[in-house]
Amino acid sequence: MSFFQAIKSFRLCFVLLLFSVTTSNLWAADTEEKASFDLKEMIFSHLSDSYDWHLITLGEKEISIPLPVIVRSDERGWFVFLSSRFEHGHAAYEGFRISNSERYNGKIVELGLNGEELRPFDLSMTKNVVSILLTAVLLLLIFLPLAREYRREPLKSRRGFSGSMEMLIMAIYNDVIKPCVGKDYKKFAPYLLTAFFFIFLSNLLGLIPLFPGGANVTGNISVTFALALCTFLITNFFGTREYWREIFWPDVPFLLKLPLPIMPFVEILGIFTKPFALMVRLFANMMAGHMIILVLAGLIFIFYALLGAAASSVVSVLSLLFSIFMLTLDVLISFIQAYVFTMLSAIFIGMARVEHHKH
Amino acid sequence: MELFKPEIGLIIWMLIPFLVVFGLLAKFAWPSIIRGVEERGKFIDDSLQSAKEANERLAGIKEEGEQILAAARSEQMQILKEAAAMRESLIEEARKQARSEGEKLLRKAQEDIAKEREEAIRQIRREVALLSVDIAEKVIRKHLDDKDKQIDVVNRLLDEINISKS
Repeated sequence: MSFFQAIKSFRLCFVLLLFSVTTSNLWAADTEEKASFDLKEMIFSHLSDSYDWHLITLGEKEISIPLPVIVRSDERGWFVFLSSRFEHGHAAYEGFRISNSERYNGKIVELGLNGEELRPFDLSMTKNVVSILLTAVLLLLIFLPLAREYRREPLKSRRGFSGSMEMLIMAIYNDVIKPCVGKDYKKFAPYLLTAFFFIFLSNLLGLIPLFPGGANVTGNISVTFALALCTFLITNFFGTREYWREIFWPDVPFLLKLPLPIMPFVEILGIFTKPFALMVRLFANMMAGHMIILVLAGLIFIFYALLGAAASSVVSVLSLLFSIFMLTLDVLISFIQAYVFTMLSAIFIGMARVEHHKH
Repeated sequence: MELFKPEIGLIIWMLIPFLVVFGLLAKFAWPSIIRGVEERGKFIDDSLQSAKEANERLAGIKEEGEQILAAARSEQMQILKEAAAMRESLIEEARKQARSEGEKLLRKAQEDIAKEREEAIRQIRREVALLSVDIAEKVIRKHLDDKDKQIDVVNRLLDEINISKS
């Protein structure tokens, strides 16, 4: 029985692969006029934030959802308009345009008096912002009804989606927050749980290549900066007297402390390197995951441009198989990175809640 | 390298929804969910514990019942034995009593019989006396139906009286 099922699913895979090969070749044939395929440009445009949400390119026509641009020029004040005014970066509007320069590539700039590019204060609702808002709304839609269910019937056993959510919540709560934070873990559990599910859901949404997903949110350094900032503030705001004592007057030989405060300096550096590591780890992992999938997809077009249709077909099959593998791996990484962020945050908070111990 | 530069706008746009979600979930979601799960866990533990206790109690009750049953059975045996013994003794007693009563009755009957026999003998004696008197009278009457004989008798009687007087 299972043997036949295996054959059937294998055949299905094969048909899908063939289909993808032919379509990718057709797609490649459409772009034959373009002399070379700019892989770097493609990858960076997918990885970075943008002012409109690009859906699909049909021939020469780019279809995208325009998003609101909110900028404040130092001299002229606030401006709010839709990003469709820029016509995909080809036009300027109200003195603002999307830069192509090395410094502000892809960002909105205005021209200064001497013709140099100035960056206005930019509060635009970019693709990532919309994705963040979507994640936030989804989180509320998932957990508020779930909580209401628990308030109504706390003793009912949960199945299906509620059950799996409960499993995740309690796994994080019991196996990460409780042992890592230590004594008063209950106070910090809401923040850590919110951070975990926010990151996890953003990661997963980022893996979906179609419209509501696909934004590189957690692979954006601003987002991970904001998250790490929260952990940093909580860690130091709730730090105990002992925590601060260990920073400014650690238990090390006297000479390491007084004439030249070497150890306090290292410890103070440590305050900042911990959240910095949090920020970079999440950002780099998620960005790399997106980048690998984009590179694998881009390989098809590169090989088509270099070697023609035959080589491209072989590469399509291989890179498609590898993309599937990488995407599956990215699902795992999505969980692991959210888990690691939560765990490290919990450990940092736990370290800051250190109690004075007798020697 | 704009990928590695944090954007203040995006940071603000990240912080606001995140903190709003954090506030809402921290107030309305996480505590109730965790409390619910823990309450349920406690309820399950308590239920298991009380079920265990009930089972133990049930086993105890069963044992106790068996003990009671065994005790009742032995008591029953005891009672039966006692009853049998009592019956025996009662029968024995009754028998003894009956025997003594019988003896008493027998004795009384014998006495009565003896008494009655004496009475009867006495009566018979009396009857015989009367009868003999009657018979004697009749005999005498027959003897004295002529005058000579009567005078002879009277004389003889007179003689007899005289003799006795003298």
